[in-house]
Amino acid sequence: MTWTKKDLLDIDSLSRAEISLILDTAAGLKEISERPIKKVPTLKGKTIVLLFLEASTRTRVSFDIAAKRLSADSISISAASSSIIKGETLIDTAKNIEAMRPDMLVIRHSAAGSPHLLAGRLSCGVVNAGDGMHAHPTQALLDMMSVREVKKQIAGLNIAIIGDIAHSRVARSNITGFTRMGAHVRLAGPPTMIPAGIERMGASVAGTVDEAVEDADVIMMLRIQKERQKPFLMPSEREYAARYGLNSARLKRIRPDALILHPGPVNRGVEISPEAADGPQSIILDQVTNGVAIRMAVFYLLAGGVRHADSD
Amino acid sequence: MRIRIRKGRVLDPQRSVDQIADVYIAEKKIVAVIPPDAPGPDGFKADREIDAAGCIVSPGLIDMHVHLREPGHEYKETIESGLRAAAAGGFTAVCCMPNTDPVNDNAQITRYIVERADSLKMTRVFPVGAISRGLEGKQMAEIGAMKQAGIRAVSDDGRPVADSLLMRRALEYAAGLEVPVISHCEDPHLSFGSMNEGPLSTRLGLAGIPNASESIMVMRDIALAALTGCPVHIAHVSTAESVAAIRTGRDRGVAVTAETAPHYFTLTEKAVAAYDTHAKMNPPLRSESDREAVRRAIADKTIGVIATDHAPHAPTDKDVEFENAANGIIGLETALPLALSLVEAGVIDIFRMIDAMAVEPGRIIGIPRSLDAGAPADITVIDPDAEYVYYAANGKSKSRNTPFDGWKMKGCAAWTLVDGKIVYDRLENV
Repeated sequence: MTWTKKDLLDIDSLSRAEISLILDTAAGLKEISERPIKKVPTLKGKTIVLLFLEASTRTRVSFDIAAKRLSADSISISAASSSIIKGETLIDTAKNIEAMRPDMLVIRHSAAGSPHLLAGRLSCGVVNAGDGMHAHPTQALLDMMSVREVKKQIAGLNIAIIGDIAHSRVARSNITGFTRMGAHVRLAGPPTMIPAGIERMGASVAGTVDEAVEDADVIMMLRIQKERQKPFLMPSEREYAARYGLNSARLKRIRPDALILHPGPVNRGVEISPEAADGPQSIILDQVTNGVAIRMAVFYLLAGGVRHADSD
Repeated sequence: MRIRIRKGRVLDPQRSVDQIADVYIAEKKIVAVIPPDAPGPDGFKADREIDAAGCIVSPGLIDMHVHLREPGHEYKETIESGLRAAAAGGFTAVCCMPNTDPVNDNAQITRYIVERADSLKMTRVFPVGAISRGLEGKQMAEIGAMKQAGIRAVSDDGRPVADSLLMRRALEYAAGLEVPVISHCEDPHLSFGSMNEGPLSTRLGLAGIPNASESIMVMRDIALAALTGCPVHIAHVSTAESVAAIRTGRDRGVAVTAETAPHYFTLTEKAVAAYDTHAKMNPPLRSESDREAVRRAIADKTIGVIATDHAPHAPTDKDVEFENAANGIIGLETALPLALSLVEAGVIDIFRMIDAMAVEPGRIIGIPRSLDAGAPADITVIDPDAEYVYYAANGKSKSRNTPFDGWKMKGCAAWTLVDGKIVYDRLENV
């Protein structure tokens, strides 16, 4: 198949074949990062602007490295250095950036739907690097890539996503992505963090964390998002760690071949214990490595590259 | 000015009148309503004839919930542009909410609005004063002084009266002055979201506003009305639970009345799906079952009034991230066709529609509405069959924020008369 979309806004707008195309493209590009000279001329002369209006280290660096490995010129703008703090609207900021003729704009923003707002008004490609609680498509893609590398295929796997589902764009994009690729997604967490009608996205909700993880092939622990939380979601981090965390006791009960994922940044000792995060079942750092490959693939495809999708 | 409205279908719910008749108007009053071929009143010579054949002649419509934005937010709407929109929508009177800048919480602001509106000689304006000073929910505003200056009701609309004791005292105090209290029902601790709470808000990653945020306060206000024996009017009802609470309260004999807006009986939260800020409002558009409950409640008069909650906003308020966009839509120029669609769908009959848009709001704010000889000549002539596409850009309002832009509509105001004067004539578009 051929990539035809101008933007990458969320997983929901991707077909199974498009997801496979991105994963296959990323798998092919991953090797570039293992070379002594980590650069190919593929996107030479292309300009990519990274507009990060919400705090981020890993994702911004990952996008930036991905652009540079493909020889694109990347420029990074953060909230503190943008005109947004002078009162300029998001649309005006984006229009001004567009006037300098970038080929792609990567945006992270605290408000859900902001990438969609821009995509409809800009002629350059728009890539969503996380919008509020809505979507984080490249994160879900790198998670799928990391799982597929080990498990060879995604269809039929049991995926457990544990923790603060309500405030997590990572959870939403992964629920949509993994179910679209044929996996079963089960969720667990404090009832205060399970949002209304989440089943309608294709996941089931388990009564307890143990129930969700017992036969899981993949266990994804979510970060407690202190910056997004309204009061009264949980009594204390201590109680959360005991009841909902991937602690040492729970680690003994999961399948020995289960993979442990975390989108980072990790609150060690809260949602995940150090022995789980650093143990042999953890692929947390592989996720980060694959993130560069996924973002290279997204830039490559949006810039007009053509790859053929293998059937999943 | 003497006017004869000829051969219209005269509908007067107050007297159960439904007949083809000529309406004679002189000296700002209706002087006679008589069969079309009968001789007119002695010596009546019309300066102006209105051919209303095929039209409905209705008591003048009243919109008891609009935001005219003046003083303070004239970039969104002015009293003049708002009244032009009202007249074009068929409204002969509007009640304007107090969340202006400065707030209408004192007699000076009330007088400013009244004098400005009077000088325009268009649709009548009945200001609504604030319940609390600055809409801050802390101290009662001077309701007596504002009444003397011309308010017809009080409300902290846009914000709830969170303090139950203040609400109790306001109900008691205002009832003593015979000033109706209009309550914006919302529990602020539950309503931090930006759309209806449910599967769609979850999918879109937007914080939700649960139905209970509204119904908890509706139930509280009904309890306070029962406690005090004072009436309360619930603004912009959007949920099935609020409807059930009002129905139960009314059946128990509590003096509770209610209104809803055309968007709540026309749209659901699905209108938000592409982060369309023109579908963002407070209370938010709800689910299909809520919409159904609201429609049934209009039919059985649990919700007595249709009011627009006309809330003009400029592009700078709406052309932004969904969560940061202002709440509300304009409604004056679309209310009549949307209400007529309820008649077309068989949800209500035309009598009930006129009741909900003229008689009942008039009863609540103390403005009788009928087509009796001797009544003030506030009349809306409705063309129920006109088919057209509504374009906000062609509207009279200063703002364009509406989810109905480009909708096919049926029915509109053909002429609007206030005080015996034509304030809107569709043929001339003025």
